Amino acid sequence: MSALQIDHVSKLFRASAGGDLTPALRQVSFGIDPGEVVTLIGESGSGKTTLGKIILRLIPASSGTVMFEGSDISGLRRTQLRDYYRHVQGVFQDPFSSYNPIYKAERVFELLRGVYFPHLGQPAWQAKISSALQAVALNPGDVLGKYPHQLSGGQQQRLLIARALLLDVRLLVADEIISMLDASTRVDILNLLISLKRSGLAILFITHDLSLGNYVSDRTVILRHGAIVEMGDTVKVFGNPRHPYTRNLLTAVPELHKKWQPPALGNGTRPAAAPGPEVPAATAFDAPPLTECEENHLVAEDRA
Amino acid sequence: MSVKVENLSIAYRMRSGDCCPVEGVSFTVADGEIMGLAGESGCGKSTLGNSLIFMEGRMQHLGGRVVVDGQVLPIEDFRAMRPYRMAKVSLVPQYAMNALSPTRRISKLTADLLRSHGVREGDVLEEMKRRIRLVGLDEDVLSKYSFELSGGMRQRVTIILSTLLNPSLLIADEVTSALDVSTQRAVGEMLMEFRDRGFVKSVIAITHDLSILAQIADSILIMYAGRLAEKASAADIVNAPLHPYTQMLLASLPEVGVRYDTTTLTGIPGRPPSLVNPPRGCRFADRCPFARAKCAEAPPFVQVRPGRHVACWKVSQGWPEEAPKAGPGGGPGGGPEGGRA
Amino acid sequence: MSALKGSSPAPVAVVGGPAPEPAAPAPPRRRGEFLYYALHNSKVIFGLSLELVFVLAAIFGPIISPHNMTDFFASNQPPSGQHWLGTDNLGHDLFAEVVNGLQVSYMVGAIGAVCAAFVGMALGFAAGWRGGLLDEVLQMITNIVVMIPALVLLIVIGAYLKTRGILFEGAFIGLTTWPWVARAVRAQTFTLKSREFVDLARLSGKRGISIVVREIAPNMASYLFLVVILLFGTSMLLAANFDFLGLGPTTGTSLGNIMNQSTLWSALQLHYWWWFLPPGILLTGMVAALLIANVGLDEVFNPKLREQ
Repeated sequence: MSALQIDHVSKLFRASAGGDLTPALRQVSFGIDPGEVVTLIGESGSGKTTLGKIILRLIPASSGTVMFEGSDISGLRRTQLRDYYRHVQGVFQDPFSSYNPIYKAERVFELLRGVYFPHLGQPAWQAKISSALQAVALNPGDVLGKYPHQLSGGQQQRLLIARALLLDVRLLVADEIISMLDASTRVDILNLLISLKRSGLAILFITHDLSLGNYVSDRTVILRHGAIVEMGDTVKVFGNPRHPYTRNLLTAVPELHKKWQPPALGNGTRPAAAPGPEVPAATAFDAPPLTECEENHLVAEDRA
Repeated sequence: MSVKVENLSIAYRMRSGDCCPVEGVSFTVADGEIMGLAGESGCGKSTLGNSLIFMEGRMQHLGGRVVVDGQVLPIEDFRAMRPYRMAKVSLVPQYAMNALSPTRRISKLTADLLRSHGVREGDVLEEMKRRIRLVGLDEDVLSKYSFELSGGMRQRVTIILSTLLNPSLLIADEVTSALDVSTQRAVGEMLMEFRDRGFVKSVIAITHDLSILAQIADSILIMYAGRLAEKASAADIVNAPLHPYTQMLLASLPEVGVRYDTTTLTGIPGRPPSLVNPPRGCRFADRCPFARAKCAEAPPFVQVRPGRHVACWKVSQGWPEEAPKAGPGGGPGGGPEGGRA
Repeated sequence: MSALKGSSPAPVAVVGGPAPEPAAPAPPRRRGEFLYYALHNSKVIFGLSLELVFVLAAIFGPIISPHNMTDFFASNQPPSGQHWLGTDNLGHDLFAEVVNGLQVSYMVGAIGAVCAAFVGMALGFAAGWRGGLLDEVLQMITNIVVMIPALVLLIVIGAYLKTRGILFEGAFIGLTTWPWVARAVRAQTFTLKSREFVDLARLSGKRGISIVVREIAPNMASYLFLVVILLFGTSMLLAANFDFLGLGPTTGTSLGNIMNQSTLWSALQLHYWWWFLPPGILLTGMVAALLIANVGLDEVFNPKLREQ
């Protein structure tokens, strides 16, 4: 059974009281299986963070269903919601912002204790924390007893992942979790996610960075203006991009060993910088339908 | 030579002590050259870039000088730098695109900025419009408020504003971070275009993103913990890095086409040293797999081949490529996030 | 008052800030940092010291006063060795009156501040956290209370309530001056609500009140502290205004009351300066000292305002 199944989820936001409705998500559907990393790729305004928050029940969907292990999450209340959070957790972009700056960093563990481990004695609790920290390759002596500003970004993010591991988490929503980290630590966190995935965790990896998505994920979903434009097996989507938007993205990605195509025309003249997809936000509330162009690879009709 | 920095040192006053994010830095940027200044957070690149034009209250000039077009810049004197700012040296600060006042139209912001530098708006208005069209924006951007523009448009407007008086040196601090990939390309190409057309003579592009620099920069200067680590042409840095830090940094960058099941990348274990009490010798030694006893002495930033400068004993003394099995500080210290300060 | 964002630094996109801290020597904790700056800020030192003088006068004044407030002596005597501040037209010792009035002014100020703070914060947090309909309703209530002219209301109430005590005056001031507190707290709550650590608390199964009390309010602690100090000062001033117009407590005396009496009995025209000047100066001093300390504390809590 798939861990997460999203079916025709849409989200509309009202700009101001009585203002226009803008679609942040349009008819998004896909699933994640246990032990699978699905990357949600999108630029700003694509709705990827909104989808992450909907899955985490931080904001409600306007329409469509989100099913976790077969049950609809929209009806969950109180204790059911607590149980949901036992299995589904999130880590966000700004590690420092996820900590309440006036408390010590390990308070993020303490927050869970009262709700989820009320009967656990102190030594058992310490043991649990230790094993969670080991799973994320953190030395307890380095991070316990410290304030968030005394830890590096990498340590902060690992601690937040350790917090998720304290519970019996089956789906992790990782929203741009490494974009604020130094390049030399990013890959270590990615490798950590991969090792967690190998032990059965399903991960929704939200990012705007295509090379990260390519490195870490099994399947990729590309979002644009709230709708899916292409999705499927990562190797196929990146190797054989069919949608013009995906192609555009891939040509714009700066690479270390290859210059941007098309190259300069030479002798100092260069074609005026293309304005880029600064198209106005989509006003249609529906999404173009997806068709299968090869096995495990779906493309949306190009309506741009 | 357009820009020459000689032995520059800048200190930063903090409550926990003085730290020295820029120490003994020397480099040159030729006319028409885009030099990338790369490094990770806390390495001092932003402090270095900003010190060339504007010494913020807590920054102190400890020594060294900056020469632009043959003139020594009085960087330690805030008032004396006024005539140079925007006309000779210009800065696009980090987060500039978010710093545009939301209550004034772009045209008003421009007029204010120009007036404060003693330039009449009328004289440059036509040129500004021309440049706005050049980068693919519409002229009516001038009559808009900043929040009506997207991030990419704001960034481009900021760069146009900063280069309106055709400065000799443009310092662009993280101008492509926080932008979408396609806009990054547009802004990167815009910098190159402006350099090609002579709107700016030289550019120092400060960023942590080496792949952007591989696209737009002619040369790259790598900084680590307040000191220079390596300088070479962009192609050399990317294809044949010499300094171990550069090598390990490049080895940790995922690229499109690289997947975990085919290639496992590794990061650099440990953390950069604190700049309040930095180690005496090579600052990378405790994370470097090649470190030896000699590294307790700070390596000078020297030219090892034509066009290649490195601050590393291994390179300048020609040590072999294999890392020693056990050595002072050699090897990662207990896990990727070992507690080494 | 500047829009304080509480004690947390603005998150920087580049992790680690200007220089990463080493693992071993920890920088001073936030509270210690504030104490350090507070003790070195000239405005705070000046304001609080001056205020301390007045507080001591209020506490010890009645004890050291050689006469009682209610005793009768020769009227309209200028200050002398016998009567340090002279006497009023009824022959009461003004020093005794003034020091007692100091006590009353402080008490009314405190009651008013506590009431306003309590109501304002409660409504502000509720509106800010819940948003939606509750927010709209509370906004309406806030706007209505703002519009009510407190003076007129007090006059009307005064017509019906013949005996009014300190408690009443304090509560009245509290219940008419809370709106700005509610608005400010609501705005800050909105901002803090969208911070990621609040999301994390929700993901930990925490509920609304717990999050407001444990996560949001402590981040505004410095701001709330300043709010209380400001309320204290303005309550005292407002009370003096009301007392001066004769709308103050009918029992006891206060600084404003003394000034009221002095005006009614033409002390100004008759050059009885010892009657109206001391209470006026004291009142000005008490409120000004508090507000100066407030400005200083603003600088202490908000690093951006500190001079380098």
